[in-house]
Amino acid sequence: MLKTFRFALMAGAMLALAPQAFAETPKDTLVIAENIDDIISLDPAEAYELSGIQVLANTYDRIMRFEPTDINKLVGGVAESVTPSEDGKTFTFKIRSGMKFTSGNPVTANDAAFSLRRVIKLNKTPVFLLSQLGWTPENIDQMVTAPDESTLVVKIGVDFAPSLVYALLSSVVGSVVDEKVAMEHAKDGDFGYEWLKTNSAGSGAYSLKVWKPNESVVLEANPGYRGGEASMKRVVIRHVPEPAAQRLLIEKGDTDVALNMTGDQITGLKDNKDVVITPSPQALLYYIGMNVKTKELQDARVRQALRYLIDYDGIVNSIMQGGAQIHQSFWASGFWAALDDNPYKLDVEKAKALLKEAGYPDGFSIDLDAPNSSPFANIAQSVQATMAQAGVKVNIISSETKTLLTKYRAREHKLLMIYWGPDYMDPHTNADGFANNGDNSDAASKGKPLAWRNSWVDEAVNAATAAAVKERDEGKRKQMYLDLQKKVLDDGPYAIMFQETKLVATRANVKNFIFGPSADVVYYNLTTK
Amino acid sequence: MERGAWRGWGQGLAAVIRPLIALAGSLLITFIGLTAVTFFIGRLTKIDPVLAVVGDKASREVYNNAYIALGLDRPVIVQYFLYLKRVVTGDLGVSVLTSQPVISDLLRVFPATFELATIAIIIGVLVGVPAGVLAGARKGRLADHIVRVTGLFGYSVPVFWLGLVGLFVFYGKLGWVSGTGRLDVFYEDIVTVRTGIILIDSAIEGEWDIFFNAFSHLILPAAILGYYSLAYIARMTRSFMIDQLAQEYVTTARVKGRSFWGAVWLHAFPNIMVPLITVIGLSYASLLEGALLTETVFAWPGLGLYITRALFNSDMNAVMGGTILIGTVFISINLFSDFLYRIFDPRLRTA
Repeated sequence: MLKTFRFALMAGAMLALAPQAFAETPKDTLVIAENIDDIISLDPAEAYELSGIQVLANTYDRIMRFEPTDINKLVGGVAESVTPSEDGKTFTFKIRSGMKFTSGNPVTANDAAFSLRRVIKLNKTPVFLLSQLGWTPENIDQMVTAPDESTLVVKIGVDFAPSLVYALLSSVVGSVVDEKVAMEHAKDGDFGYEWLKTNSAGSGAYSLKVWKPNESVVLEANPGYRGGEASMKRVVIRHVPEPAAQRLLIEKGDTDVALNMTGDQITGLKDNKDVVITPSPQALLYYIGMNVKTKELQDARVRQALRYLIDYDGIVNSIMQGGAQIHQSFWASGFWAALDDNPYKLDVEKAKALLKEAGYPDGFSIDLDAPNSSPFANIAQSVQATMAQAGVKVNIISSETKTLLTKYRAREHKLLMIYWGPDYMDPHTNADGFANNGDNSDAASKGKPLAWRNSWVDEAVNAATAAAVKERDEGKRKQMYLDLQKKVLDDGPYAIMFQETKLVATRANVKNFIFGPSADVVYYNLTTK
Repeated sequence: MERGAWRGWGQGLAAVIRPLIALAGSLLITFIGLTAVTFFIGRLTKIDPVLAVVGDKASREVYNNAYIALGLDRPVIVQYFLYLKRVVTGDLGVSVLTSQPVISDLLRVFPATFELATIAIIIGVLVGVPAGVLAGARKGRLADHIVRVTGLFGYSVPVFWLGLVGLFVFYGKLGWVSGTGRLDVFYEDIVTVRTGIILIDSAIEGEWDIFFNAFSHLILPAAILGYYSLAYIARMTRSFMIDQLAQEYVTTARVKGRSFWGAVWLHAFPNIMVPLITVIGLSYASLLEGALLTETVFAWPGLGLYITRALFNSDMNAVMGGTILIGTVFISINLFSDFLYRIFDPRLRTA
């Protein structure tokens, strides 16, 4: 039923419309139409959903930040500068002076230390970002200290390259929380967690006025922000789940920005002079995981063959329509140390030869799990059609994402199509997911990285991942990641296909709406209209 | 209604109260059945409930903590009784999706659905009943055909399609009504929430701008839902009417000198009121369950959208809370229509 439903919605959206813009949003208010049904918390120690992180990128300042214009350039946020020690295990941050939280309290090194300790002690989902630095609830008070109001000293218990440490402190858990306000609302030792889920206590460009789940998020400009008060005094993010409805809103001028329109809707807006479409390449990858537990998939040649049986160009042009670009290695293009080789294209003859070598001259039958939502359902059908050309009969099983993930995490799939976004802006996050598999037993004591889920383990790859984390020479480190990507590209249990391109639609009068490659780099405060 | 209608009021009251007590008993059993079925079906889904709480990227330790916090390490039957115990005290648990108590979520989403459903059913009754009577009385004539074709369109066209077309025409092209949502964004969070029904809340504060804005958002989805119920109500009214008009008492009335329309409204109509009340009650109840497709198209933050989203994310507390609410609504409306037709039905009055 849902399928018919979506089809009808799309058909409806294609009805020709002569837009007449009489409605207008207020001059100092930025209205964003977005699907925000993923937000479960707006506490920076817990939020780990894309829409939530976007909001938090605007309501909290972080210890380190990315330049809005250059994702590869880390700059100080709350910190003015940082000095690593000789052994690379102690980092001394100097905190900017004169900054204030929205409460009026000054921002000090104590608040920064409190915020990092809070993440570790609360132990919520994103805690792994910081706990990998060797931090535990027991040692965190010694590892993170504030000897005076403007000095934050951070010690790490592992050998990590400094650039990786800075990247971690620029992620959402590096948000600096107002200690006084948080502790005023604390109960039962929760560090203000219950309260901060729905309130903000930061020094970002905005403060949170209200969050109504599945309805709206309203932000108010912080006049004391270190970057100057934003020209948009109010930001209203309105939950609009249907892409067709988003299109209508932006055509009518009832919203300034629409974030979830699909390729065909964007195509329909091409001739509209009131709406500007800006493509923004994202770090999100679409891929098919191949479970090596499956007999046929144990042979690297079969996995290779399947990668030759996907019509990459066709899918990008006809299904994604500008919503993705081809990318086949595990670290997205445009980021530091990304491998931009895309050696695979649809080549049925080559695939047949590989299958023959592997002992499957007539192909075989195999299940493919895929999300039942757009665009996955369409991609799955394309894959089914092209694989059939070499005798590989694909049986598509579509389901809701959560059902799919449950199956994936239990390693019960054969082929499974899904997406993956990095946790922070360093290639280690994806190397750790796609390449590293420290314990391939069902108990998975080391967690369930993607390599584990596909039962793929290569000791040399594990060793290379571990070595790359420690390398302090940037040039060498980059080469190590390029090699690792090549190895996984040739031999790994994945067909990585595409890198998402976000098609951001704004009204023509909206300038400087910054939508970076990840949710951490979405800035509302530079926008004017 | 005949002049003698209220004569049996005393006996009527007794006839009303006795079954009410019996119904209260069946209510309890219904609730236990309802929660049990929802609960155990919830446990059968192939979705890991912990995933909804901590996400795909949580560490093993965070995962295990959440697993224990959700009580998933206890036997299913124990989990069910623990749940029932909390429900009795009014605690429906916390929704994993919104991280708010389910009860406060429901108090937020239900007024939105209630407002929409009530306006829709008013439209449905005010238009549907006279249309049905007209069609039944003029069976086979032009008026009948018009009502029947309009009705047929109403219950055969998918509601989301009608919703989208309505949006394109009345909002997109003509600009007569407002678009999706309950209010324009710049009116959000101005009125204090008293009842959660924006038309009432804004009227109390005298914020007439907001009242009219809310109305212009409400009228299109309400008219579309109203159209669906009027199609059903008109069809049923028509067939009830045709049945009654074929009865001999109508002929008798006509012979005694009643005009045709007099016979229709004064003799036949009172007799179709009882089944009609059931029909209207059922329509209203189904509207109150939340019109999922309409709510999706119009981004209307109501009950239907809430429960569906909860289902897709295995947010079982929210699903069960919503089910209990729907169960309550359904049973109350049944009780109410039961009560009404005990008043209107002369046979039950004297029983």
